[in-house]
Amino acid sequence: MVKLNVNGASHDIDIDPATPLLYVLRNELKLNGAKFGCGLGQCGACTVMVDGKAVFSCLTPAMLVEGREIKTVEGLGTIDDPGPMQKAFIEQQAAQCGYCIAGMMMRAQALLEAKPDAADADIRQALEPNLCRCGTHMRILRAVARARDLMQGKSADTMAPIAATGRG
Amino acid sequence: MKRFWIGVLVLVIVCLAGFAAYAWKPAIDPIEPPQRSSFDQALIEKGAVLASVGNCTACHTKPGGKSFAGGLAVPTPFGTIYSTNITPDPKTGIGRWSEAAFSRAMREGVERNGDHLYPAFPFDHFTLVSDQDNKALYAYLMTRHAVESRPPANELPFPLNMRFVLAGWKLLFFDKGAYREDTAQSADWNRGAYLVEGLGHCGACHTPRNIMGAERKSAHLAGGEAEGWDAFPLDRSSSAPVPWTHDSLFAYLRQGWHADHGVANGPMAEVTGNLGRLPDSDISAIATYLISRMGAPSPERAAAAEDIRKKLSVDQGGTPIPASATTGSPISRGGAIYQAACATCHDGSRPQPFGGIDFHLSSIIAARDPQNAINVVLFGLPAASGRESPIMPGFAATLTDDQVADLLGYLREAYAQKPAWADAKAKLADTRSGKYRVSIRPSDGIERGPGNVGAKD
Ligand code: FES
Ligand code: FES
Repeated sequence: MVKLNVNGASHDIDIDPATPLLYVLRNELKLNGAKFGCGLGQCGACTVMVDGKAVFSCLTPAMLVEGREIKTVEGLGTIDDPGPMQKAFIEQQAAQCGYCIAGMMMRAQALLEAKPDAADADIRQALEPNLCRCGTHMRILRAVARARDLMQGKSADTMAPIAATGRG
Repeated sequence: MKRFWIGVLVLVIVCLAGFAAYAWKPAIDPIEPPQRSSFDQALIEKGAVLASVGNCTACHTKPGGKSFAGGLAVPTPFGTIYSTNITPDPKTGIGRWSEAAFSRAMREGVERNGDHLYPAFPFDHFTLVSDQDNKALYAYLMTRHAVESRPPANELPFPLNMRFVLAGWKLLFFDKGAYREDTAQSADWNRGAYLVEGLGHCGACHTPRNIMGAERKSAHLAGGEAEGWDAFPLDRSSSAPVPWTHDSLFAYLRQGWHADHGVANGPMAEVTGNLGRLPDSDISAIATYLISRMGAPSPERAAAAEDIRKKLSVDQGGTPIPASATTGSPISRGGAIYQAACATCHDGSRPQPFGGIDFHLSSIIAARDPQNAINVVLFGLPAASGRESPIMPGFAATLTDDQVADLLGYLREAYAQKPAWADAKAKLADTRSGKYRVSIRPSDGIERGPGNVGAKD
């Protein structure tokens, strides 16, 4: 039995405590935002937040995060009322197939919560562990920069144009 | 009595004058920056290889900056020193240095203008470099892109900010002079010693330092510290569970990993990456020399290594469980963490370097100091950019301090058959808070590639 706090709700779950958090989220809690890509901490598709920091849920046994605050992409907003990160990704049409996107959003969210005025270069660096096989990195970077501005309360027309961020 | 005091006074004056004469170095006249065409292409190429032996770029290139333009903050126990610009820029680099000025800097640690250089620049090793090699290095550096960039001023307290003080340091700790062959040894051994002790300056990291920041000659290559990493002993006290051999060391230095020892990480990854430019014969010479310093392993070590080999040949997965792992004990908690978070890679079917090392073989787990284990658990091994490389995710955000401590305790007992490190928790806290600074380097083979840790050009 493991007790997990996910997106503000507490769950008692009857599983082997060594089960990766990713499986618990997807199979037990039916939170299917986080994806399985590699299971080795190499792709970032499974990224969620634990106590405000981005972690690979595929490599995180559930027993290690008991009593800590877990947040998944479902915790950022709803379809009817998307949060700023989700809004920005929709606005920028940042998803191709979408497989990597939940992980990208969670890592970006962790960055912006720790550093609300993150520079474009900080965003690039922070997202380094997350891969996108479709290659939509440029839009993802734009979306995160947009989310940063939205979170800081800037309206669309006062936002600085997003500087070209270099290599894709 | 009066005579006596006059005598003392004269003696003091003579000593001071003597020291001043020793400390004072003349400026060497600036020159017009030499043309590229004045250097022989073959010499430039030779210099390029030598510069990678010297790992010059590691200090003289700031991550994300231009090659050799300096400005990298080098933290020392005494304060921060910024590396200098060694591009041929006439204003801010060494463009106006003659070859004589360059050679003097290497041989004596003195700037063109006569100032003493701080030993963060390892002139105590570079003094061994031959005139011909200095000539090649000079040719290489003087034909790089000139970059106008002045490094920030050093942040050192009085009196260390006074450069003549360094003359005193040299008087105490510095032996000047080019490498002298040991005729009792082979040519190969001598070549290795020349590279290791001279330009390669292995001892700068792998030898412990005294409180004045000088390498302790009595503990030569007995293990030191580098950028927040424990630089393992290269002498008899090597912690490698399977002792190094000429062949394994050669392969490790050549390819950045070896199946008996794992992959190079921390600042060593950059070293093996850089050594990629050397011919096999030089790498082999380095291995010959270092293995001779390590000496033949004791019978106990050899037997322990044999045991490990046996274990690994029959082991088809499965996790060792030490006797102390009673239910609920830290060791059993650590074992559960290992099983759930680490074993997928470290006890999997993927061979090294892309699969993780079996910890029976790990020098890090067998080491006397927990620092490298802490660094790797927290920060992992970032991927090299733009090429295939080993990688390990960091667990800083996943594991709490208690969990890391349990894990390390388990790894020590289960794999090295040694008690948990007593200082692991304190070091862990300091590493996590950033009080103890650790530089995090990607895998080998990076050559300070773009967007990674290195130069943009
Ligand atoms: S699935 Fe977790 S990092 Fe790839
Ligand atoms: S959008 Fe398809 S993997 Fe990134």
